[in-house]
Amino acid sequence: MRYLPLSQTDRQHMLSTIGAGSIDDLFVDVPGAAQRDGLVDLPRRKGELEVERHMTALSNKNISASSVPFFVGAGAYKHHVPATVDHLIQRSEFLTAYTPYQPEIAQGTLQYLFEFQTQVAMLMGMDVANASMYDGSTACGEAVLMAHRITKRKKAVLSGNLHPHYREVVANLSDFADYEVDRGDIRPEGGADLKPRIDKDTSCVVVQNPDFFGRVRDLSHLAEAAHAVGALLIVVVPEIISLGMITPPGEMDADIVVGEGQSLGNPLNFGGPYVGLFACKKKYVRQMPGRLCGETVDAEGRRGFVLTLSTREQHIRREKATSNICTNSGLCCLAFTIHLSLLGEEGFTKLARINHAHAVKLADQLEAIEGVEVLTDNFFNEFTIRTPKPAAQVIDALVEKNILGGVPVSRLLPDEDGAENLIVIANTEINTDDDRAAYVTALQEVLS
Amino acid sequence: MSTMNTQGRPTGVGEVGAADRQTFTGNRALQQEEGLIFELDSPGSNGVDFDEPEAFEERLGGLKRRGRIGLPDMAEPVVMRHYVRLSQKNYAIDAGLYPLGSCTMKHNPRLNEKTARLPGFADVHPLQPQQTVQGAIEVIDQLSHWLKVLTGMPAVAMSPKAGAHGELCGMMAIDAAIRAKGEAETRKRVLVPESAHGTNPATAALLNYTVDTIPANDEGRVDLEAFKAKLGPDVAAIMLTNPNTCGLFERDIIEIAEAIHAVGGYFYCDGANFNAIAGRVRPGDLGVDAMHINLHKTFSTPHGGGGPGAGPVVLSEVLAPYAPLPWTVDTGKGFALQETAEETGQAPFGRMTAFHGQMGMFTRALTYMLSHGSDGIRKASEDAVLSANYVLASLKDVMSAPFEGPCMHEALFDDSFLKGTGVETLDFAKAMIDEGYHPMTMYFPLVVHGAMLIEPTESESKAAVDLFIATLADLAESAKRGETDRFAGAPYLAPRRRLDETLAARKPILKWTPPAQAKAAE
Repeated sequence: MRYLPLSQTDRQHMLSTIGAGSIDDLFVDVPGAAQRDGLVDLPRRKGELEVERHMTALSNKNISASSVPFFVGAGAYKHHVPATVDHLIQRSEFLTAYTPYQPEIAQGTLQYLFEFQTQVAMLMGMDVANASMYDGSTACGEAVLMAHRITKRKKAVLSGNLHPHYREVVANLSDFADYEVDRGDIRPEGGADLKPRIDKDTSCVVVQNPDFFGRVRDLSHLAEAAHAVGALLIVVVPEIISLGMITPPGEMDADIVVGEGQSLGNPLNFGGPYVGLFACKKKYVRQMPGRLCGETVDAEGRRGFVLTLSTREQHIRREKATSNICTNSGLCCLAFTIHLSLLGEEGFTKLARINHAHAVKLADQLEAIEGVEVLTDNFFNEFTIRTPKPAAQVIDALVEKNILGGVPVSRLLPDEDGAENLIVIANTEINTDDDRAAYVTALQEVLS
Repeated sequence: MSTMNTQGRPTGVGEVGAADRQTFTGNRALQQEEGLIFELDSPGSNGVDFDEPEAFEERLGGLKRRGRIGLPDMAEPVVMRHYVRLSQKNYAIDAGLYPLGSCTMKHNPRLNEKTARLPGFADVHPLQPQQTVQGAIEVIDQLSHWLKVLTGMPAVAMSPKAGAHGELCGMMAIDAAIRAKGEAETRKRVLVPESAHGTNPATAALLNYTVDTIPANDEGRVDLEAFKAKLGPDVAAIMLTNPNTCGLFERDIIEIAEAIHAVGGYFYCDGANFNAIAGRVRPGDLGVDAMHINLHKTFSTPHGGGGPGAGPVVLSEVLAPYAPLPWTVDTGKGFALQETAEETGQAPFGRMTAFHGQMGMFTRALTYMLSHGSDGIRKASEDAVLSANYVLASLKDVMSAPFEGPCMHEALFDDSFLKGTGVETLDFAKAMIDEGYHPMTMYFPLVVHGAMLIEPTESESKAAVDLFIATLADLAESAKRGETDRFAGAPYLAPRRRLDETLAARKPILKWTPPAQAKAAE
């Protein structure tokens, strides 16, 4: 077996040093009833060539985003990732290192985590950010738990236009931990007022910007209303590129900001791994979940970095920890931070303008189609349309024309009245004039 | 004029000076000092080329960002050099033996990286119509099959994002089953051995269970009598790691499972150490109800400096109906993701995460499994156990081992061999860095004093393990001879000396601040 260096002779020598007759002697503590003599019922080993053929055959059964006009978003976005990113994250020293528990020989990981935290805090307009979470949805769940710890209250008020999966994650976690969730009404056209739902039992208000349907709005008034009764405002940013163009949550006085960082550096990957972003006001830092990297000095006075404030974490605090989380998304944050370094201020803001321009162009073109209505008034790179036919059928018909035309809202909200004919459509820098023309023509045909 | 070497002759070493020479740059040859990315800002440069979009009417509703973000601008070569230099400050499995116990730092085959990047896996969206991602769903289905057969369990929840997330999922399934039986108010206690990973009690506490600690016996295993004495109708579950964190197989495991079931509780097994037994022992045969599998340990998806991981959870017949959404099914006419409770016809407890789980890890793990096969997976487990026992046997007289062997995939030592030397576990570990090794896991498990937990894995050649053993023996002898200098200041030769963690915690600096602002804040 190509990955196992020990030879039969080595094994014999080692067994005799141990004083064991055979490998079976090392498994004597396993109860006899659970000992298996033969192999489990699975195929035997394969060479690289055969394995690659097997996996390639499976890969070929899928339609990849780059191969067709592609407009699917709703929480994960197809962006162009510079070649440098994937090269660098595959360097052995990044790819095959563990969590930086020995800082003297892990400064590479620690420094990029420190840089990542700084970049995330800058983008969000917040004081501090952690070294990442699993993804946006789980970060959102952790933010709600953190707000409960800070306010010592138990009720989260969710915007109905929070991504349905994020709502389910928060609701599920709250259900098991015995916390209350006010889920709110879904308003594809916007306009829901959360203020009347906030009271003195409210721990936090959770709002997504841009929301699930693509709408952007000012949340300052909501922050004010929450703060007036001692509640926190949690803002969820599903598309980090939006912050190249719209007002950051920090400027709206958000207390905790979470987000999905996949758009920078990370491929779609059919849903994971992604990178959860988590930032907050400085005064709440000791209630944060997850890893934090901090600056310090070494014994010779040189600048260096370490994991810090770990007394919040499970390996020290056990059942009193702020979270059970042990892992971050190390390599995904590395991809994020390299991509953002390549973009810089100029590239990142320009990328955002291109995304917005493409979305505006397509919205204008679709609005001109008979029977199609664009529901989202203000948006960044994603908006929602209503079609005269059920959205799932429309999307399937577009697949027949080799176009991946967006997400039918009914897939995520199957029981929601009025959602049946809605499609969420994402636009990024990858979409060309030809892609948009093809979409418009195909949609006209499907609807006629 | 000095003599030029024109004949390809090797030059001599000349005069040998002091090793701790200072340089003008602070660099030490191949070790380059590197500033923060923000200190490399060069306004006007850029690392991507985009054209500005044509003029258009914005639709941001007055929510346009004012002012700069503060990101640094630089060209691609500057970015490349920055990260390459950073990488050179990291230890890595590809560079050397990485004996972190319970972390399983085994070889990461690059074939797995290649297949994970195939466009049909890396470049597909989780919400594409299912007819366009049949091969991707089939990968999840195939991996599920391998996991079920290897563990002898009937069901698996694939969406958890990491080991601790898998624990949470497994405990939620147990909680759902308890609720379904109408015992939610009465079963509030979870038993956790004192040798457990910190995530176990943290997970139980998150779900509002009271954590009741079971002591270890003097053989490093669960004290069976103490465990039985704690059983009662209020016990929801036991969370047990097997092989345990002392590197030992829990001999009484079947009896423990039967006893917990007899009082109506469930058996959660922490599968972090499944790599010791995969292909040889099936947890399903041990009475396990739920067990997470760290794909990043047993099935070698790269640790990546701390993630991403993946933590699918295998479930017994009684817990299977509660598995979280989505479910993957082979309908006979194709593969499907069931995303609502109605579609499953069962009682899924909810959703752990957006979308379907860590696909990028699934492709890598499946590639690893196909490469190894049933024979290779068994052999890998056996080699891992063999190497750990070889380390234990070779060092137990020069270091000190608190428990009798045989061990499983990791060898546990305590600090009694250092008694009176003035050297502590931490110093011993830091001295290993100067010898070119990443230290072992230290001060864990908590059940022995000054623990040192060594997991060599199956990926090491005998020559590599022999040199490692010789190095530790030399360090141990050195400590006993009173050569404290070798330990007290170590590491001397790493990119950094010991770092001041107290300062970092007392005055947290968690992000870079522009010099002008930093100055104003003083």
